[in-house]
Amino acid sequence: MTNAWTDIKNTDLVVVMGGNAAEAHPCGFKWVTEAKARRGAKLIVVDPRFTRTASVADYYAPIRPGADIAFLMGVIRWCMENDKVQWEYVRNYTNAAFLVKDGFGWSEGMFNGYDEETRSYDMDDWEYQIGDDGFAMIDPTLQDPRCVWNLLREHVDVYTPEFVENVTGTPKDKFLTICEMIGECSAPDRVMTSVYALGWTQHSKGAQNIRGMAMLQLILGNIGMMGGGVNALRGHANIQGLTDLGLMSNLIPGYMNIPRDTEVDFETYIAGKANAPLRPNQISYWQNYPKFFVSFQKAMWGDAATAENDWAYDYLPKLDVPTYDILRMFDMMSKGEVNLYFCQGFNPFLSFPNRAKLLSALSKLKLLVVMDPLQTETAHFWQDHGIYNDVDMASIQTEVLELPTTCFAEDEGATVNSGRWLQWHWPGATAPGQAKPDTWIMSNIFLRVRELYRTEGGVFPDPIVNLNWEYEDPMEPSPEELAKEMNGRALRDVYDLADPEKLLVPAGEQVSTFAHLRDDGSTMAGCWIFSGSFTPEGNMMARRDNSDLGDTGTFLKWSFAWPLNRRILYNRASADMKGRPWDPERTLIEWNGEKWVGFDVPDTAPTAKPDEVMPFIMTHEGTGRLFSRKMMVDGPFPTHMEPFESPVENVLNRKMRGNPAARIFPGDLEQLGSSADFPFVATSYRLTEHFHYWTKHNKVNAALQPEFFVEISEELAADRGITKGGRVRVWSNRGEIWAKAVVTKRIKPMICDGKPVHVVGIPLHWGFMGAAKKGFGPNSLTPFVGDANIQTPEYKAFLVNIEPAAEEPVA
Amino acid sequence: MNMDLSRRSFLRLAGAGVAATSLGAMGFGKAEAAEAAHVRAFKLATMTETRNICTYCSVACGIILYSKGDLKAGETAELVHVEGDADHPTNRGTLCPKGSALKDFVKSETRATKPRYRAPGGGEWQDITWDEAFDKIARAIKDDRDANMIERNEIGTPVNRWTTAGFLAASGSTNEAAWTTYKVVRSMGMVGFDNQARV
Repeated sequence: MTNAWTDIKNTDLVVVMGGNAAEAHPCGFKWVTEAKARRGAKLIVVDPRFTRTASVADYYAPIRPGADIAFLMGVIRWCMENDKVQWEYVRNYTNAAFLVKDGFGWSEGMFNGYDEETRSYDMDDWEYQIGDDGFAMIDPTLQDPRCVWNLLREHVDVYTPEFVENVTGTPKDKFLTICEMIGECSAPDRVMTSVYALGWTQHSKGAQNIRGMAMLQLILGNIGMMGGGVNALRGHANIQGLTDLGLMSNLIPGYMNIPRDTEVDFETYIAGKANAPLRPNQISYWQNYPKFFVSFQKAMWGDAATAENDWAYDYLPKLDVPTYDILRMFDMMSKGEVNLYFCQGFNPFLSFPNRAKLLSALSKLKLLVVMDPLQTETAHFWQDHGIYNDVDMASIQTEVLELPTTCFAEDEGATVNSGRWLQWHWPGATAPGQAKPDTWIMSNIFLRVRELYRTEGGVFPDPIVNLNWEYEDPMEPSPEELAKEMNGRALRDVYDLADPEKLLVPAGEQVSTFAHLRDDGSTMAGCWIFSGSFTPEGNMMARRDNSDLGDTGTFLKWSFAWPLNRRILYNRASADMKGRPWDPERTLIEWNGEKWVGFDVPDTAPTAKPDEVMPFIMTHEGTGRLFSRKMMVDGPFPTHMEPFESPVENVLNRKMRGNPAARIFPGDLEQLGSSADFPFVATSYRLTEHFHYWTKHNKVNAALQPEFFVEISEELAADRGITKGGRVRVWSNRGEIWAKAVVTKRIKPMICDGKPVHVVGIPLHWGFMGAAKKGFGPNSLTPFVGDANIQTPEYKAFLVNIEPAAEEPVA
Repeated sequence: MNMDLSRRSFLRLAGAGVAATSLGAMGFGKAEAAEAAHVRAFKLATMTETRNICTYCSVACGIILYSKGDLKAGETAELVHVEGDADHPTNRGTLCPKGSALKDFVKSETRATKPRYRAPGGGEWQDITWDEAFDKIARAIKDDRDANMIERNEIGTPVNRWTTAGFLAASGSTNEAAWTTYKVVRSMGMVGFDNQARV
């Protein structure tokens, strides 16, 4: 989230699209209710189902799963056409005025430079024109036909209300009502917030869905504002923290990158991180990358990371592909190319797409190690459970270890909420049986492997035997020791770069800000964005002062928010070019003539002049991006793409299937189904009574929602002869499941490209372990293909067929 | 109640078995004291309270754990009750249908409670000690890494990647567990490394 849960109370309009907060995030959704009750805010819901969020909305419109880009580009077109633009914001705080190279273009649903063979674009022309001064060229009058604003106008021209209705199934009058409600928020004193979740990410163009909303929010001038922003409602309690800490194939903590093969040495790697500003006077904060990177290497390898060995650069692996993400790993596994796999608190056998492929993959492992507080389906994938897991146990040769871990009630440490608050918690229960904390388990594995390398030698032991492991009890590092290591400390005295006499941090002391980190080996920090969370004053994450100065909802003394306790990202953009708040009623920070002051930690240098330094300090431009240059592989503007399995052709290009820049493995391409055989659109979703595959282990929740079902419209039920509560069989080109049919008015057929489209809703909380009745989820059916940029699987739109089935025989 | 007394400190005092007469010292009149004397001591009053954060979604509501026994005093602690933390700015004491049943998650009958091993082709779990499990894992890591580590690519660049092993990290564990995991996994050169955020 750019903003915080508590900030939602400051909004005038909430748009819930790609999410269902009332059911999935009930206590956060409370702040929407607060905004409605106290400010008279309105709530818009756009969703294929009439969800419980929709039931309390001021306005609801249906949409076909996977058609969000067409809707969002349609709204942008309407705003541009009807002058619903926050002009001063757009001119100064976005890249609207930047001139783009002549080669960039778009036609028939595709951008220039596409190569069908490699399924990728040549992106060279997706870039600004650079002037003789080395800076990007701009036209502040927005007259130049090559400026981003005019290219965007051209790009969205096709998304007329009629086009939107035809593609999305959203009736034109409903679409236009929503445009008008959103358009009001272009006024500087009206603010809209976007809250979304997996309904936007789990598509083969998920990242472009979110880009679409980010662009709209820039055009309305709502980024950085109280009550504004683009707010990803993250799923699990610490999914934000694990992402911040870079537990991803291609990441280093704090959103840095694991090197690629092409970054052959440290010098090449760092040269690629220069991040010089593209406009005069801009901060381009990623220029500090080397300081954060070297401090990370020092946290990992201590004294073994030296200037002479390029801070142990070669201890890091280098990637020959963009990512060894979960889809790639399970594809490799299914071909017998992976021997050993660890699952820590993760249940991929139910969570990943195409269960038949997952079963075949796991069966080819030599050893599977599962660490979990619960007995998961993944740990039991080899166990026969009749139709719910139909396997031949004797033929599965995989060895499995199931290791019991503690859960939240039994461990100590911080988790990061969706609003980037690092909140410390304390243990209140003894772990059951022999369950142990993950820290103890990982330490034991590490110490034993290190011992083997010390005694036996082996291949490249250096990064293992030199890993910094200086904890009081090496078998179980304490949460405080680990938190301090992530925050970082001075290894030698650290002086002010502008004043070499001025001591900032004496050797051995915790740093209180990442501004004190250095690239000369004098500091260490495991995760630079967490700097400030554990300072000489103590554990900032454990703070519990819930006072709220100015009643802004920032709660600056409660826990710690990264970066630097800032609660609203880009908050400098909440003030105009003179540093005055756009809306005096919603003053967050303001320029007092000398520096920025207010109720939040300013998201700019404290003395950065408002008319010189633009608000988006992390970008090279200093502005937000309407045109994202080469940063996304499927285009600098979002363009309408159909799901890989769709009931209709792409009306922009009828030959195009799915996202043309998305990776799909050969066997998986062949397993895609067609609308002739699978006429209905399926989408996965969650219920308020359950959390993923966890609460089915819990008797209370298992009683609240005991049995797996699928949800269909009355029209589809009548069409297929399905009765309310009757048993049905649902199948895709990859598998089949059986379920109770819930026949509702909450889903209705839509008309798209001239034909009716029916939706089948499939909740995901059932499996074959735990207290609930055994059942299936959507992933026996889902396709094995991910988003083009980040490989999140396309769970939200795929094709199935459905028919009545005989009742299950009573055992 | 005619004096400013927080509910919690009241419970502590009352639950400690204070005689009815001494309730006067807490600001009660005779009638209230007589009434209070007949009220059964509130069970939670003898519990240890611990501040925690809900383990489910990213709203991350504040919760209070009530346990029988005090971990800090070296005692065994059994979770008895979980409720919303009224001081928490986000949830202000409220909990959803999932959070309200957190205790049943902690005490689920299908918690994993001991290390277990399934042999190739086997149909049953076998008990195994932690030591045996760690030895098996360490040996498997060492042997596979030594056999399959790619030290240099075809043009001679040091790449030090190990692709035949992978690690999926959690999404509900702490930052501290995540950082420990990061250090161990990366030091070995594993690249098939992801967490729930990928899906």
